[in-house]
Amino acid sequence: MLGSSTFRHGVHPPETKHLTEKLRVRRMPFPEEIILPLRQHAGKPATLLVKVGDRVERGDKIAEADGFVSVPIHASAAGTVKDIRLCPHPDGSMAESVVIAVDRFSPQVPRPRIVPRWEGLSPQQVVVEVQKGGVVGLGGAAFPTHVKLLPPDEFPVHTLIINGAECEPYLTTDHRTMVEYPERVQFGIRIMMKALGVERAVIGIEKNKPDAIARLTETLPEDLDVSVLPLTVKYPQGAEKMLIKAVTGREVPSGKLPMNVGVVVQNVGSIACIGEIFETGYPLIERVVTVTGPGVRRPSNLLVPVGTRLRDVLEFCDGLTEDAVQIVFGGPMMGAAQPDLDTPLIKGTTGVVVLTNKEARPVERYPCIHCGRCLESCPVFLNPSLLGTLAQAGLYEDMETAHLMDCMLCGACSYVCPSHIPLSQMFALGKNMLRKRQAVA
Amino acid sequence: MTESTVGRGPDAGTDIDSLIEIRLRIAASPHLRTPHSTPRIMWNVVGSLVPILAVAVYYFGPSALLVIAAATIGSVLTERLFGKKRSTADGSAVITGLLLGLILPPGFPLWMAFLGGMFGVGFGKLIFGGLGQNVFNPALLGRAFLQAAFPLAITTWPVQPASWWSLRGDNFALPLMSPSAPDVVTGATPLGLMKFEGLSTNTLDLMIGSTGGSIGETAGLLILICGGYLALRKYLDWRIPLSILLTVFVFSGGLWLLGPDRFPNPVFMLFSGGLMLGAMYMATDMVTSPVTAAGSWIFGIGIGLLVVLIRVWGGLPEGVMYAILFMNALVPFINRATQPRVFGQTRRKPKGAEA
Repeated sequence: MLGSSTFRHGVHPPETKHLTEKLRVRRMPFPEEIILPLRQHAGKPATLLVKVGDRVERGDKIAEADGFVSVPIHASAAGTVKDIRLCPHPDGSMAESVVIAVDRFSPQVPRPRIVPRWEGLSPQQVVVEVQKGGVVGLGGAAFPTHVKLLPPDEFPVHTLIINGAECEPYLTTDHRTMVEYPERVQFGIRIMMKALGVERAVIGIEKNKPDAIARLTETLPEDLDVSVLPLTVKYPQGAEKMLIKAVTGREVPSGKLPMNVGVVVQNVGSIACIGEIFETGYPLIERVVTVTGPGVRRPSNLLVPVGTRLRDVLEFCDGLTEDAVQIVFGGPMMGAAQPDLDTPLIKGTTGVVVLTNKEARPVERYPCIHCGRCLESCPVFLNPSLLGTLAQAGLYEDMETAHLMDCMLCGACSYVCPSHIPLSQMFALGKNMLRKRQAVA
Repeated sequence: MTESTVGRGPDAGTDIDSLIEIRLRIAASPHLRTPHSTPRIMWNVVGSLVPILAVAVYYFGPSALLVIAAATIGSVLTERLFGKKRSTADGSAVITGLLLGLILPPGFPLWMAFLGGMFGVGFGKLIFGGLGQNVFNPALLGRAFLQAAFPLAITTWPVQPASWWSLRGDNFALPLMSPSAPDVVTGATPLGLMKFEGLSTNTLDLMIGSTGGSIGETAGLLILICGGYLALRKYLDWRIPLSILLTVFVFSGGLWLLGPDRFPNPVFMLFSGGLMLGAMYMATDMVTSPVTAAGSWIFGIGIGLLVVLIRVWGGLPEGVMYAILFMNALVPFINRATQPRVFGQTRRKPKGAEA
């Protein structure tokens, strides 16, 4: 039984996808230097396998997964390991990274590799192959994909949901992936369904991508129960819990995982990546990235080697306009502003959005007037007005009582607040404080 | 502070840096915001009051303008002197002053109106910590203060004077002096007539405003339209006026059906006194009304019930002011009682589990 194709509350920021939604994905030339942080995924950072001076081919493993909730890192270009040092990371910290000087004369062809034959593999073997491929959630959270493929026995999974909502303004990464690689997406779905042992898969796509809906509907496999579900255009439709609500009509219990309602959600880019592993054997070494926004001269959809520096990507897009003031990795609602042009684009980087003074204008803050707009925007039905007051007083325990931990930091409340109170920023801080206190206790 | 500016040094000299001098701004997400702002909401409310002010001046002449101006100057001056830096720019003190002026009789002494504006902003808002912190609607608190301090002046209603230009009372009474006996014959408001003399008023006159009463309370239909504009622009919560007016209509309609000769008819109840202005502009004050949707309904129904109770059985002819102030006091409790159910929770946690 299908749900109402959306969720309650949410906001409608300007979509502004027209800049890139019709542009074909172009392969970016290899840059001179690649920076590969060992921490590109949720979970434990990968452990280093190379040393300075080592020669690596494109696709070679340079760091090994550290445990189950971790993935290996592969060289995204052939060259020499130039340095292993702390480099700026998209999350704002400095992270241990492998710096590769790219070999300008290399044909950049990966070593021949054995393509796993998926038909004969058991679910466990599929999981191993996916982990070996270094696949993570390409929607931004970068959670290791294979972990989701092994749900514990007490939670039987009946539906695979493929997340093609792409509700963040500006981004067209998933959109172009669906339009240009629909067969690969379908192939990935087939493998995922086999690994999970599910009978049914639903591809959720916001209605503002009619060409993606059409392409995936045309290519639906006949022997499997896969369907395309057009979704209402609303932010944050692509949030996992919102998507599950839209597709199944069920709410994931507070503090629980999608598998509690028998569902696994995967980003459409990750699905395509799994398709590629079982098609060519290549691990995750490049990804589609939307470089867009009014501050970039030539907005583009690019196929970028993982680890390419922001500087090189912007240069390839003819640089920035005079009034560009802010560069965001990811969408403008949840993405992180970047201060350093030497920051690399990593596996979880969905887009580069360059904003000008017009969009990213500094705003004056006013006191909360209790207008209630934040309550009407919150997709998980919190009271951001109350939480904001508690945050200002530093009452983190009271924030927890007011269900702070259910907040997913989507930013809808900050977006609508007429007093420009940085609510989601305060909530991020509150969640961190609570986690720290729990860790100490 | 949420922002800092990071400049690129001159040593970073690749092509891209030479294209522009990059000064990257760092801020927490989201990086987009609606064009709404608190001052914009406030000034829109002010703008929507302009037609009501115009009609008030049309009916009550220069006296109306003087009283409204005195109340507004009183409240804005207080905000300027004792409020936070530049807080007059947010427009909230102007709203307080205008609304207070609109709920005073046209012949009211200006010094009293000025004092009411000062009291409303000073003791109704600033003493709580300024915008957003107050419990009671400042304009209504100002009027409650005036009603307590000058009970006679605030219940002196003029009848139609000789010419439009003549004052409707002793507006220019000296400070600390009571107004002299009015030159014009004082009349009564429709609600007063109903309550104390058992007389009714033509409903159409009530709707268009050609009756006695406070400056801005008479043109019910116009207030409905102006408030409707704000509701459409989402600058006020439509649930509150709707629930107030529906409750008054249903409750007084029920009474009227029981005894048409003892109780006023519901249309009269809707368009008489300060109900329209109160429902549209006073009860909907965002600061002093509930934040939850369910809370807004409870708040509105409560006001509606109290208005009818006071009007029909209370000692006063009008009860909108006290009804709203009373419900203002309950807002924190209403908010707490109507917390939304959090996504993914079947019911609210029992109290013990939250400790």
